[in-house]
Amino acid sequence: MIWTSLDTWIVVAAVLAGATCALIGSFLVLKKVSMMGDAISHAVLPGIAVAFILTGSRAGPVMLLGAALVGVLTAVLVQLIHRHARLEEGASMGVVFTVLFAIGLILIEQAARNVDIHPEHVLFGAVELVPLHVVSLGGWDVPRGVVLLAVMLVINVVLVVLFFKELRLATFDPELATALGINATAVHYVLMVLVAMTTVAAFEVVGSILVVAMLIVPGAIAWLLTRRLLPFLIVSVAVSVVAAVVGHIAAITVPPLFGYADTSTSGSMATVLGLFFFLAMLFAPEQGLVARAWGTARLRLSIGTQDALGLLARAAEKPENRDASLSAAEFRGVSRSPFAGRRLRLAAALGLLRARGLVAARGGRYRATERGAEQGRAVLRSHRLWERFFYDDGKVDLGELHTAADVLEHFTDSGLQHELAERFAGISTDPRGNRIPGETTNPDANRPLEDRALDDGSQKPRP
Amino acid sequence: MGLEQMSSPEADGNRCSLHIRDLTVAYHRKPVLWDVDLDVPPSVVAGIVGPNGAGKSTLIKAVLDLVPHASGTVEIFGKPYRKQRRLVGYVPQRESVDWNYPINALELVAMGLYRTIGWFRRVGPVYRRRALQALADVGMADLAHRQISQLSGGQQQRIFLARALVQDAEVYFMDEPFSGVDAATEKTIIAILQRLREAGKTVFVVHHDLETVRDYFDYLIMLNMRVVSAGPVAEVFTPENLRRTYGGRLTLLDRAVDAMGRTR
Repeated sequence: MIWTSLDTWIVVAAVLAGATCALIGSFLVLKKVSMMGDAISHAVLPGIAVAFILTGSRAGPVMLLGAALVGVLTAVLVQLIHRHARLEEGASMGVVFTVLFAIGLILIEQAARNVDIHPEHVLFGAVELVPLHVVSLGGWDVPRGVVLLAVMLVINVVLVVLFFKELRLATFDPELATALGINATAVHYVLMVLVAMTTVAAFEVVGSILVVAMLIVPGAIAWLLTRRLLPFLIVSVAVSVVAAVVGHIAAITVPPLFGYADTSTSGSMATVLGLFFFLAMLFAPEQGLVARAWGTARLRLSIGTQDALGLLARAAEKPENRDASLSAAEFRGVSRSPFAGRRLRLAAALGLLRARGLVAARGGRYRATERGAEQGRAVLRSHRLWERFFYDDGKVDLGELHTAADVLEHFTDSGLQHELAERFAGISTDPRGNRIPGETTNPDANRPLEDRALDDGSQKPRP
Repeated sequence: MGLEQMSSPEADGNRCSLHIRDLTVAYHRKPVLWDVDLDVPPSVVAGIVGPNGAGKSTLIKAVLDLVPHASGTVEIFGKPYRKQRRLVGYVPQRESVDWNYPINALELVAMGLYRTIGWFRRVGPVYRRRALQALADVGMADLAHRQISQLSGGQQQRIFLARALVQDAEVYFMDEPFSGVDAATEKTIIAILQRLREAGKTVFVVHHDLETVRDYFDYLIMLNMRVVSAGPVAEVFTPENLRRTYGGRLTLLDRAVDAMGRTR
């Protein structure tokens, strides 16, 4: 890898573009108007072209002004068409931004005959050219694009810091915001103006197509990883900055490994962002697919152990079964056994129960220990109380009681069990005449499932 | 006290917590509320009932200037809403926001204070304490730092209520606070309604369960596009008014309105 001062400027530009897009784009994701980012980033094209044709300059302020105007125009047109043509918002966006984009394309083709503005640069960006156009700042030659992006980043950061509260309220609950005197519609338009200006500032780096990735993907990643607004914004910006650096390094190192020339930095950045998103989707601590699969597996295992203890408690009620033990075959063979045909599930449950000292095994037969028996009776108590409940209060048929109670018994903590017992005070048997085991004195026996396993961990209180 | 007894609320707009004249609201030219007149005295808990599509939520939103008025005037204690914002607390329908938004219960409740705090300023410790107190008032102090998607429906409704309480308003508008809540939350809400009434506040509640009307409210607004009847519950909650509110929707006028909607 050969690193030059060009590479440094490219990375600086990419980092600034990534950070400023991620910050403002986060609010599009929070407001659930991500597609407005797509619409505006395309619709600003005629703004740029007209600003360029009128002034003959590509100077930053003119471009930003053109972008701001078209940003508002787009947002207004989308609303007007949505309201007056009674068209869904997505369709009205589709109409507005494609038409504006097409007009912009025609204008730029015309303008391009005289001066150096290329449609493909607008579409795909030309970060490699950023270091070539420099301005002098206090004796320093700084690329013009970098200055523009830095200004835009400062504007966005200042506005977000100043209006943090108002942005939070207006994006969460626009009606309350308006009722309190914070005009949510005005906030929406300001946001659209900022998105338009930001996309224009980032055009040189990423182009009008990939800028959508820079606006939306960091926010989407933060959505998976965070639960509060400030961490949300920090994660969004940080992810984008890392993607910019990694993206450029990958662009100049990875293709040469396979004998190809360097690839586009912007394409590489967006690809890295996509990869980050994929990783977040898999491995996010609570909402990730892996965490959820793990939670489900734990829940199933936990239910399996309770089922096994419940069966042992039933076996203990049979006078002929003197040592209250069951063989693996008997576990699977009793009527309506949850283990029928599921050897693996049984083996896992028994293995875990033995490891926890709730079940002991001897000569191929399994017997509950004292603690295990207590927990088994608690499960059985919940089961039979629920059968009572469904039979007496729900008028459910005798034959269907078992299935319903079988699910609920696993989700009945001592408080709920107590309420059920109070409801049926003085009744000591289930609808079939089986005795309901007494309440256990050990509070632990009655905590059927660990809290965490209940629902993908999402019920767990967060610090 | 003596002064209030001398002038009847109906005669004097300033004495009304809510005064509405000739209010008409239309979506796409189809009227949703038509010629609404209301004069509600202060210090009552007023139920707003009516069938689906009767304009109950729209009435609240029209009062809070959230939907444009086709015509008419709305006054809260004698002045338009935009001058009385600080007197008004609002509890929107629970479904109106995204509960996956990255924010915790305390931050949500503190939103009720944003106007008091003012532009550019952070939510300081004084305001956080007030928000915590409001959370305690609805029995949710121990869940202050929980992300809002981790709360049950009843708990979400309670923090919405806390957000309005923290505004320390004179008039509250609550859009279906009882919808889909558990028994404990229902009890909490009723207790709060009573406390507000005792403190001299006025509360408007969009409500669905007719069986509880007599228990919860002392004033009732029966709505079906127009005000069918409004007044003390004991006077207006009659079978005849219920029939006029809920039964036989297709009066001649309704048919005319439907036809207007179709011609667009």
